[in-house]
Amino acid sequence: MALTGVEIFKLLPKTNCKKCGHPTCLAFAMKLAQRQASLDSCPDVSEEAKRVLGEASAPPVRPITLGAGDKAVKMGEETVLFRHEKKFVNPCVLAVEVKDTLSDDEIGRIVEGVLSSEIDRVGQKLRVDALFLSNASGDAGKFESAVKAVAAKAPAVPLILSTSNAAAAEAALKAVADRKPLLYGADESNADAMAALAKNYKVSLGVVGKGLDALSSLTEKIKGLGVEDMVIDSGARTAKEIIENNTFIRRAAIKKNFKALGYPVITLAQRDDAMLEMLVASLGVAKYSSLIVMSSVEKWKDLALFTLRQNIYTDPQVPMQVEQKIYTIGETSAESPLMITSNFSLTYFILSGEVENSKVPTRLAVLDCEGLSVLTAWAAGKFTASKIAAFIQESGIGDELKNKELIIPGYVAILSGSIEEKLPGWKITVGPREANGVPAFLKSR
Amino acid sequence: MAFVAPKETYAGKVFEVAIGTDKPVVFGGENVLPFHSFEGNVPSRPVIAFEIQDTAPDDWPETVKKAHAGVSGDPVTWAKHCQDALGAKAIALRLVGTHPDRENRSPEEAAKTVRDVLAAVTVPLIILGSNNVEKDSAVLVAVAEAAKDRNCIIGKAQEANYKTIAAAAMANSHKLIAMSELDINLSKQLNILITQMGFDKEKLITDPMCSALGYGLEYTYSVMERIRLAALTQNDATMQQPMLGDVGMYVWKVKETQAPEADLPQWGSLAERGIAWETATAGSLILAGAELLIMRHPEAVKAVEKFIDELL
Ligand code: B12
Ligand code: SF4
Repeated sequence: MALTGVEIFKLLPKTNCKKCGHPTCLAFAMKLAQRQASLDSCPDVSEEAKRVLGEASAPPVRPITLGAGDKAVKMGEETVLFRHEKKFVNPCVLAVEVKDTLSDDEIGRIVEGVLSSEIDRVGQKLRVDALFLSNASGDAGKFESAVKAVAAKAPAVPLILSTSNAAAAEAALKAVADRKPLLYGADESNADAMAALAKNYKVSLGVVGKGLDALSSLTEKIKGLGVEDMVIDSGARTAKEIIENNTFIRRAAIKKNFKALGYPVITLAQRDDAMLEMLVASLGVAKYSSLIVMSSVEKWKDLALFTLRQNIYTDPQVPMQVEQKIYTIGETSAESPLMITSNFSLTYFILSGEVENSKVPTRLAVLDCEGLSVLTAWAAGKFTASKIAAFIQESGIGDELKNKELIIPGYVAILSGSIEEKLPGWKITVGPREANGVPAFLKSR
Repeated sequence: MAFVAPKETYAGKVFEVAIGTDKPVVFGGENVLPFHSFEGNVPSRPVIAFEIQDTAPDDWPETVKKAHAGVSGDPVTWAKHCQDALGAKAIALRLVGTHPDRENRSPEEAAKTVRDVLAAVTVPLIILGSNNVEKDSAVLVAVAEAAKDRNCIIGKAQEANYKTIAAAAMANSHKLIAMSELDINLSKQLNILITQMGFDKEKLITDPMCSALGYGLEYTYSVMERIRLAALTQNDATMQQPMLGDVGMYVWKVKETQAPEADLPQWGSLAERGIAWETATAGSLILAGAELLIMRHPEAVKAVEKFIDELL
């Protein structure tokens, strides 16, 4: 559990020498407790204090990186149970299973689906992050060749090697260890051998225990064998088991600082029914899975899951926003219209989509409103005539236009008079209220 | 270190609400977070009502319009179809035709529609206005009377019109939906105002306002989680009403449920995408605490029911 300011203070030199930039050791301790300062700032702190504080400040859910290079993904480091308390940290990794019993063609199709899964949404690039290679055949040779085939076809995608057979695991690791795969396969029967492999090949280890009690003992044993980077599986497969075990794991890690379960959770969500699979994966997204394995790639399913993951993992305090500037959509000329809106990503995303639909080249002035929607920003005094006028004037956009005309959102029609006053020489036009009215509006001008 | 399951017990519980007369359904009643049957009681499952309306759904996107083709021209036929062919456990009749910008139907016409639908089905009915604050006051008063003693849900009462609507629901023994706009404090305040009129706090249903996946779902999700936590941990009786997710209406107007695959190949098949959008929105809201859902596509309803089966 995190230490309080007073507990931290007891470990400091108590000389109030100010070298840390704080007036007293107590003040510094308070900042440390709020995680707003780093212990390194105090040059005189004892080794003992470093050890105690280091342990206490380790994140309750261990950070684990899957893969290497550009497409590597981080898991873990979560600090809360509910997203309104604080931002969920590392968006869960979505993976698709490839069985080594599949034909080359089938394997090729899944890998192709994963490679082409990337889409852009509200300015973020989203994709199926990883491939889960399973040793369904039970045969070490088959596994090795499937792993090699997939690795060649998808040179950058992070891999999860799923086998409980140490010989199969070693053969696969020899081929792809430098890609930092997750070796998923330590259980009660093979823990020693798997831990030795994870250690030798410097990869993280997936640990499967039947139930949370067995799982805790197993992670402790494996830690004792010198492997620290683990991803855990409690054996939960049904939605009921997943919500129960994931809740207990997250609570134990965060509220009790229970180290034996302080690791990212892997959830196997595969179902024959793709819609149900999407729902079970959604449960993982909302309720604490860090790595979710699915059986297939369908673009519609991916889009829904990417979007849900984005919704759940946005910062509840800071809405997603786009940069303040004047965007151009299409090949604009001096005659093209100029519209103004707020910098809430959702607003920008919906509006720019509709402008694109209209096929009318348009300039879109996006005003920094701290990520609030048009109406919310207006109500909060952040989408005001003065701010709009200042932005338009400072941008110098007027010089590029034949007619100085600014189109404002229909919901803030009330602003038109005061903007006209503050922007002499400009004509203010009130556009439609809803973005879906924008194509007709632009085309009819 | 041995593992001890960190169970939690809560001070409060969600009120249990029963609707309908012939084939009543019950929802709410749990004393734990959604589907946490491992640490408390979850006596009922969330209830999904099929949405129908008093006018043909010409403005619904193709995917969902097609699913109700042939029956949706008339609310009575449509309601029976939902009950008999689709196995609806409840029906939500939205009186969009009463909106002044639509057919502007009178409260009397609306009352007749309600009477006809009630005569045709035995499953419970949720009766919704057109979300025009003034018109709803008149329409909902008339339909509450027309449905007297059928133990329906009437909605939605909002800050600007709750007085007349709550009085009508009370006089005719109905349950009532109280809707506010994505703010836990506004939601609490409206529940207080309505109960101060003498309306039974155990007959209210809270609608904190829905949003579709990708279009503000995170706000609805978090407001619901916060309301549920307040109900359970603080034993706050003004937050213990079951919650409504009015999913279909929000989902079937966003681009993802309508844009053809030809325009956006990277978004995949339109039909499945639309159904998935409604399914995923509903699925996440039941995890946040919704006990009552209003949905449109039969395949989406089926998927969510399967999910609930797996969760219980
Ligand atoms: C979610 C929400 C919030 C979130 C903020 C989310 C965000 N990032 O903005 C939170 C909870 C923080 C919030 C806070 C507040 N909110 Co608020 N909020 C909403 C809500 C429910 C949805 C807003 C939204 O996301 N809309 C979606 C976006 C995409 O809409 P949009 O930006 O307007 O864009 C659309 C159109 O305007 C158009 N468009 C956009 N740009 C342009 C440009 C042109 C040229 C054209 C033609 C069209 C166009 O296209 C878009 C799609 O159609 C609305 C109610 C509602 N149902 O609308 C209230 C609402 C906007 N909020 C309101 C208020 C009063 C507030 C608060 C002041 C107090 C409060 N009630 O909590 C605070 C202020 C915040 C602050 N920091 O001080 C009021 C505003 C009342 C009014 N008419 O003045 C509303 C209408 C609710 C209400 N009825 O009371 N809010
Ligand atoms: S530098 Fe260290 S000893 Fe000096 S005041 Fe800061 S905390 Fe205290």
